[in-house]
Parts: sequence; structure tokens; C-alpha cells
Amino acid sequence: MIKHVTAMLLLAVIGGIFFTLYSGYAPDTELNTTASYYAENTAKDLGATNIVTAIIVTYRGLDTLGEVTVLFLAAAVVGLVLANSKVADANAHNRAPVGELLATGSRALVPLILLLGAYVFVNGHLTPGGGFQGGAIVASAMLLLLLANPVRRFSHRLIAVIESFSGLTYVLLGIAGLFWAGGFLDNRILPTGELGALFSAGAIPLIYSLIGLKVGAEFSSILSNLSETEEL
Amino acid sequence: MSTLMIAMTLLFSATVLGAALMAIHTKSTPIAIIAAGLVSLIASILFLILAAPDVAMTEAAIGSGLTTFLFFFVLNRVRGGEHD
Amino acid sequence: MIVQIALATGFVLILIGFYGALTNRNLFRMIIAFTVANTGVHLVLVAVGYMDGRTAPILDAAVPVAEAASRIIDPVPQALVLTAIVIGLGITALMLAFAYKLYEKRQTLDISKFTELKW
Repeated sequence: MIKHVTAMLLLAVIGGIFFTLYSGYAPDTELNTTASYYAENTAKDLGATNIVTAIIVTYRGLDTLGEVTVLFLAAAVVGLVLANSKVADANAHNRAPVGELLATGSRALVPLILLLGAYVFVNGHLTPGGGFQGGAIVASAMLLLLLANPVRRFSHRLIAVIESFSGLTYVLLGIAGLFWAGGFLDNRILPTGELGALFSAGAIPLIYSLIGLKVGAEFSSILSNLSETEEL
Repeated sequence: MSTLMIAMTLLFSATVLGAALMAIHTKSTPIAIIAAGLVSLIASILFLILAAPDVAMTEAAIGSGLTTFLFFFVLNRVRGGEHD
Repeated sequence: MIVQIALATGFVLILIGFYGALTNRNLFRMIIAFTVANTGVHLVLVAVGYMDGRTAPILDAAVPVAEAASRIIDPVPQALVLTAIVIGLGITALMLAFAYKLYEKRQTLDISKFTELKW
């Protein structure tokens, strides 16, 4: 009971802080300096039409590199924590065989979902979407495979190779920016092209595709690690 | 236009809050998971109203898709623990 | 007006999430409550970047490059929230993995039964 009262008191304090923040909030009418710099210079400097993508991949590219590292760490720790709980034999569960409809349906849908994922991350600099969303869509194709056949095992080696290849290439592209353009992760190592075309915005589509592959591989590794645990 | 947008925002906000209360208060854990997924899904519509299509896509794909299934994977593994 | 509604919704979602995390004793339900609070934080951050009468930060026929600064909303909070959502899934997966491990060791998810660190 005393715990409940303490929790309520704490919530009342937090609620009070939130109320002060809320009642003192006045919406901006003009963009602040940083935002208007991005609004005015993105198209001219980087050639990307989606300003959010330009910020994530180029203006704050180092933050994104850190972020995919954090995600990698999270995936690695999930694997480490669950390492001793793995089922040794994939056929340990005696489940009923997967139905024909489910097997065929998932086989027909998975390539389409992968294609949608690739579309989303290749077009990240033009339309809403990008590496993170595309990576999640790629991972949901893996999820569909797992749902259709729960004892399916993915090749951890393949996931690791895709993950480390895209991470390494991402960093190498960043270093190339140091030599041939303005700085680390500068996208102008390739021509910025015509505004709005698929092959434009320099290295942004390339870098975002690599981020998509990396994020997709990390999510897939989390999913497959969790699915390989045994039922308690 | 503007009145319609405000009405829609109010409606979706009420749905989000209702789903969140349900996620906290329901006795059954699968219902709580579904309600938490619903919070994310409706929040992604709110992001769309707030002119953030990038965030809406991410929230719909990750917040309401993958997270919900992660919860169900683990729930399936800890059968019996959900009522403690 | 939309901003105020969305901000209030976000703040209330955070409070609901905290309430659930503080009052539930089942680890699994606490993690669900945390994801609700997480969504609330995202809603607050995106609402702060919104401005009435403006559109999404994507340049196209409706938003020509020359008028961009007066037509689009603040893109920085959106970029921030985008990364926060992705990290949020990583953190949730980590919490679930630890919950699984605890259940494997103790056959319970009730936090009041985990008393080793209590004095």
C-alpha cells in the first residue's frame, strides 16, 4: 500500500512538471536557425528532396553511425544473454507439419516484401522512408518465414556477413568523404545529380541502402535469436 | 479542413489513451500486447496528421509490427509466468 | 490547436506508461508499460516540431526549393524521433531477453520474488 502512495506521489510530481511545460508552451511561428539552414541549403548542397533523410545521413551522419552501433550492441547482447538457452536440435519440438497453403503463401509473399523493403530504402532521399523503415520491412519478411515455420533456422553466418559488410562499407564511404569531399560522411563523393532523380544526392542512396541492410540484418538476428530459445 | 483535422486529432488521441489504459489495466497479457501495438498504430496516424510521414512509417513498421511480434515470441516462451 | 492536443496526449501517455511500470509487479507487463511511455515521448517530440499551416519537410511540386523555409515544419525533431524509435525496439528486445533469462532461472516473472539485492 505504501508503495502505491509513493508511486502516486512520484506521478503527481512528474505530472506537475509536464503541466508546467505544457501550459508554458508557445508554438514557434518561424523555423529556428538550424532548421531554416537545413530547409534552404539541403537541395542546393546535397541534392536530396527529403530533408529528414539529408539530416540523418549527411548533416548528422556521425550520430547515425553511432546509432547503428548501439543497435548492433543491443542485438549482440540479446545473442549473448540467450546463448545458453538455445535448443540444440531444431527438430526438438514435435510440431505438426506446416500446411501447404501457409508454406506456399509465405514463399510467394517473402520476395515481394523484400522488394518493397529495397524500394523503400533506395528511395529514401526522395520520398518518406529510408534505411530504418526498409530494414524493418526486410526483417518483417524474415518474421513471416518464422511465423509460417517456427522451427526454421536462419544462417547466422549469412546474417553476420551482411551485417559486417554493410557496416564496414558505411565507414569506408565515410572515410572517402574525408579525402574527396568536405568531411567524414560527406555525400558529395559522387555527383549530386539532378534534384528529384533516383540517382542523385551523391552517396545518400548508397549509404541509406547500407544502413537498411545493416538494420535488417540486426533485427533478423534479434528475431532468430529469440526464436531459437526453448519453451520453458 | 481545419475543423475536420482537429476533430480527427481529438478522436485519435482519445483512442490512443483508451488503448493505453487498456494495455495497463487488462488482466490478460495477450490483450495488453495487442493494446500496446494499437497505441503505436494510432500514434503513427497522429504522426501523419502532424506532418511527419517518415516517423509515421517507422512507427508503423517497427513500433506496431516488430515490437508486437517480439512480445508474442517471448510470451510464448514464458507460458505460466504471465499471471505472476 | 493540433499541437496542443498532440502534446497533451503525449504527456498523458507518458504518465500512463509510468503508472503501469510502477504499479504492475509482473516484469512482462512493466516492459509493455515502458513501450507505451516510449510512444508518448515520441509524440511529444514530434508535436514540438509541428507548426500550423505548414507541410512535411519533403521538397516536391507543392513545396518549391525557394519557398522551403517558409513552407515546411522543423525537420530536426523528426530525425531525432526516427532514430529513437529504432533504438527503442533494440532496448525492448534486450529487456525481453533478460526477462526470459530471469524466468528460466526462477520460473517466475513477479519482481517481488526477486529479493537477492534487497537489504
